Amino acid sequence: MSESPIAVEARNAVKAFGQGATAVKALDDVSVKIKKGEFFTLLGPSGCGKTTLLRLIAGFETPTSGQILLDGADITQLPPNKRPVNTVFQSYALFPHLTVAQNIAFGLEMQGRPKAEIKKTVARMLALVKLEPMADRKTSQLSGGQQQRVALARALAPAPKVLLLDEPLSALDLKLRKEMQIELKRLQMETGITFVFVTHDQEEALTMSDRIAVMSAGHIQQVGAPREIYTRPANRFVASFIGETNFLTGKSDGEAVQLDIGSKIAIKAPPGPVSLAIRPEQVRVVAANDPGALPATVGATVYFGTDTHLHLVMKDGSTLVARMQSPASGSGDLAKGTNVGVTFPDSALQLLGD
Amino acid sequence: MASNAEEKAESARTRSAWLLSTPALIVLLFAASGPLLIVVTYSFLTPGQYGNVVWNFDLSGWVGILFSKDIFDGTWHLADAHLSIFWRSVKLSLLTTAITFAVGFPTAWFIATRPPTQRALWLFLITIPFWTNLLIRTIAINEVIRNEGLLNTVLIWIGVISTPLHIIYTDTAVLIGMAYVYLPLMVLPLYAAIDRFDMRLLEAGYDLYASRIQVLRRVILPIVKPGIIAGSILVFVPSLGAYVTPRVLGGGKNMMIGNFIELQFGQARNWPLGAALSMTLLIVVMAALLVYVKASTREGNPHG
Amino acid sequence: MANPSFEVARLPGFRFIAMAVFVVLYLPIITLVVYSFNAGQSVALWEGFSLTWYHSAWQNEAVKGATFRSLIIAASASGIATTVATMAALGTTRRKAFKGQTFIYVMINQPLMVPEIVTAVALLIFFASIKVATGYNGLIYLIIAHAAFCIPFAYLPIRARLEGMDLTLETAAADLYASHWLTFRRVTLPLMLPGIIAGAMLAFVISLDDVVITEFVKSGGQDTLPTYMLGQMRRAVTPEVNAISSVLLALTVVMLTAFFLLTRKKD
Repeated sequence: MSESPIAVEARNAVKAFGQGATAVKALDDVSVKIKKGEFFTLLGPSGCGKTTLLRLIAGFETPTSGQILLDGADITQLPPNKRPVNTVFQSYALFPHLTVAQNIAFGLEMQGRPKAEIKKTVARMLALVKLEPMADRKTSQLSGGQQQRVALARALAPAPKVLLLDEPLSALDLKLRKEMQIELKRLQMETGITFVFVTHDQEEALTMSDRIAVMSAGHIQQVGAPREIYTRPANRFVASFIGETNFLTGKSDGEAVQLDIGSKIAIKAPPGPVSLAIRPEQVRVVAANDPGALPATVGATVYFGTDTHLHLVMKDGSTLVARMQSPASGSGDLAKGTNVGVTFPDSALQLLGD
Repeated sequence: MASNAEEKAESARTRSAWLLSTPALIVLLFAASGPLLIVVTYSFLTPGQYGNVVWNFDLSGWVGILFSKDIFDGTWHLADAHLSIFWRSVKLSLLTTAITFAVGFPTAWFIATRPPTQRALWLFLITIPFWTNLLIRTIAINEVIRNEGLLNTVLIWIGVISTPLHIIYTDTAVLIGMAYVYLPLMVLPLYAAIDRFDMRLLEAGYDLYASRIQVLRRVILPIVKPGIIAGSILVFVPSLGAYVTPRVLGGGKNMMIGNFIELQFGQARNWPLGAALSMTLLIVVMAALLVYVKASTREGNPHG
Repeated sequence: MANPSFEVARLPGFRFIAMAVFVVLYLPIITLVVYSFNAGQSVALWEGFSLTWYHSAWQNEAVKGATFRSLIIAASASGIATTVATMAALGTTRRKAFKGQTFIYVMINQPLMVPEIVTAVALLIFFASIKVATGYNGLIYLIIAHAAFCIPFAYLPIRARLEGMDLTLETAAADLYASHWLTFRRVTLPLMLPGIIAGAMLAFVISLDDVVITEFVKSGGQDTLPTYMLGQMRRAVTPEVNAISSVLLALTVVMLTAFFLLTRKKD
C-alpha cells in the first residue's frame, strides 16, 4: 500500500485571505500526499481549512504559496476548467435549466467529446447511480437523495483523475445519509477513482475512509487509517475530536508515569508532566475491593440505549467516563454515591503530544 | 353553524377590502381607465373640421392608420408616410432594446458580483438616473450630442474631426437618447435576475471544463433569461410609446408613433385617427406585457 | 508568487463595459449641472463660474409661476394618491384571495402598463368635453390626472411594508385589550408609516417629473416646470433651462436618498 503512486499532493500549501495584519491563514503550510485509488477524508470542525484545501485541489483558489501536484505534475496555476478533477458540491450546484441527462452530459460536452460517446457515458452513469427513469426530469423535480446522485454522476462522467466531495451528505437526513455512505463507497470501489472527501462528521469519516487527515486551525493534525486515528490519536485535539475521550494527567520520571488518579504505569515519556487519553469503552468498573482497582464513586449514570455512561469521580476529584453495555434487565443501574473500583489495560492509554 | 359564521366573516372581509379600495378605484376610473373607453368610442367617429369629432359612426380613423385618402380623387391608397413612422418606431425601439441589453448585461453582472457592502452603492448609482426626470436626462444628452455640444467640442479639440458631426435631429440622435434614458430599465431587472443566480453554478461549470464563454452561453444566459425578457420588455414598451425623447432629439421630422398621435390632436385635427393609433399602440404594448407576465410567472413557479 | 485565485464570476470585458456605462450615464448630467454655473451666454464655452442663470431663472415670472404650479400639483396629487393608496393597501393585503382582487390589482397598476401618450390622449378628450360643458378650467384637472398615475407608485411601497409586517403584533395588541381602532392607530399605523412616507415621496417625485400627461391636459397658462422647459427646448437652449434642471435634479437626489434610508431593511 505504501508503494502505491501518489494521485494528489499538496506541498507546503499556504492560503491566506485578506492582506497585511488582518490576513487570516486558512491553510498554514499544509503538506499531504493522497494515494491513487484511495478514499481519503479531510476531517475537521468548520473553519479548519478542509474546504480550502479541497478548493485548492479543484482550482477555485490559488495558494498564497506552495504547490498542488496532480500525478506528479504541478497544476497550481491551472484554472479549474483545465484540471482533470471534478467536484461534488455541498449544494450540488445542479444546473436548474437542464435535465438530469443534460447535467450529466455537461462536462463531456465542454470537453468536446463525440456525441455518441457522450450518449453512451450518460447512459452508463445513469445506470451507475440508478437514475435511468429520471433522465429527462428537471433537477428541481428530484428528491434530495436523487439530486445527490445526479451530482455524483455528473462529476464522475468525465472520468476525473480525482473526485472531490465537499460535505456532499450534509443536506440529507440521517437515514438517507447512511444509505449514501454505502453508495459512495460502492461507487468508489467500482470506478477505482481517487476520492477526496470533506466532512466534519467523524463517524462518516471513520466508516468510509481508507485514510483520514484530521485538520484544525489550518494545519493537518494527523494522517492515518481510521483505526489508527481512533486508537492512537497523536494529540489532544485529535483525541477529543474523534470519539469520546477521558484525559488523564500524570508525571513521568522517564521510565514510568505516575497517574494523578492513583496507579503507576510503564510508559516511556520524557520526564515531567504528561497528558494521556483513554477511551470510555476501555475503562472497566469492578467491585471496590477488587485487587489493583482504583477507588472511585459513581457520580452519574447516563443511559444511551445500548450503552450506559458511568461518570466516576476519582480520588483526585477528576471525572472518568466509563462506557458499558446497558444491562439487559434495565434494573442494574448503580446508585449515585456507590463506591466502585476502576481498572483499565495499560496498553489502552495513549500518550498525547501537543 | 360554524361554517355559516365563517362565511359571514369572509364576506365581511371581502366587503371591507372593496370598501377600502373604492376611493382609489374612483380616482383611477375617472382619470385613467375610464377615459380609455372614450378613446375607443372616438376612434369610430368622424373627424370634426376644427378638431374634436362629429357623432357619426365612421371607420375612417382605423382605415387611416394604413391608408390615406387622396385629396383630389378621393381614392384610398397605402400611406407611405405612416408606414415609415411605424417602421421607425419599431426599428428604433428594437435597436434601443438591443443596445441597452448589450451594455446593460455586463453592467448588471458587474454590480451583482461586487462585495455586498459595495453593491448597494453601485445600484444606487443606477437608480438615480432611473428616477431623474426623463426630460432632464434628454436635455442632458442633448447637451452632449448637439452640433456645438460636448462631444463635437471634444472631438474637434483633439483633432479627430474638423467639422461638427450632425447627430442632432436624426434617427441616430433619437436612438442614442432612448438608449441613454431607458438603460436603467434594462439594468435593474437584469440585476435582480443575476442577484438570484447561484454563483456556485459557475464553479460547477468550470469544474466541468467549460470556458468563460461557454459558462456565459450555456449556464448564465439560460438561467437569467426571465430577467432578460423582463428588461427587454421594460425597455421596448416605453420606447415604442416614446414622446419626449423623439420630440426633443428628433426635431419635428423624425417622428415616432407618440409624436404622430399628438399631431392628430394638434395640427392634423384628426381625432379619430389619433384615437385609433392610440388603441393600436395600446394593443401592441399589452401583447408585449402579456409575454412579460407569462415569462415572470413561469419563473415564479419553480417546480418542487 | 501570490497569484490571485481563479475568479469564477469574472467575465472578460464586463468590468470595462460597466465602467464605461457609469461614465456615459453621469457625464451628460454632470455637464448639464456644470454649465448651469457658466457665466457666459454660451452653453458650449466655459466663461467662468457664476450664479447668473439661477438668478435670471428666479427673476423670470414664467418660471416662478411654473414652479408654484408644479409644487401645488405635486403636493395635492401625492396627498390624494397616498391617502387612497393607503386605504387600498389596507384593504387588499394580508388577507386570503377574495373575489375581484385581480381586478383591483389591475386597476391600481394600470397607469404603469398603459403608455403615457395613450393616457394623455384619453384625458385630453375626456377633460376637453368637461371643460366645454362646465366652462371651468382650473388646476383640478391636472391634480386629478396626476393623482391617478401616482397611485401605483404610492401603493407599492405601502403594500410592501404591510406585507412585511408581523401579524402577531396586531394579535398581541388585541390580546392586550386594544380595540380594532386602537390597534390600528397605536400599532398598525405607526408600523406602516415609513411605507406611507416612502410612497408619498415617490408619488411627489413622479408628479413633479411628469411631462406628457401635463402637456396634454393643461389649459393655456398652466405650464408646470417640465412643460415650460419642453417649450423652451423648441428654441435655442439657454443655460436657464440647465439651472432649472439642476435644481430639480438636486431635489430628486435628496428625495431618493431619503426614500432609500426609509425603506432600507434593518439588518
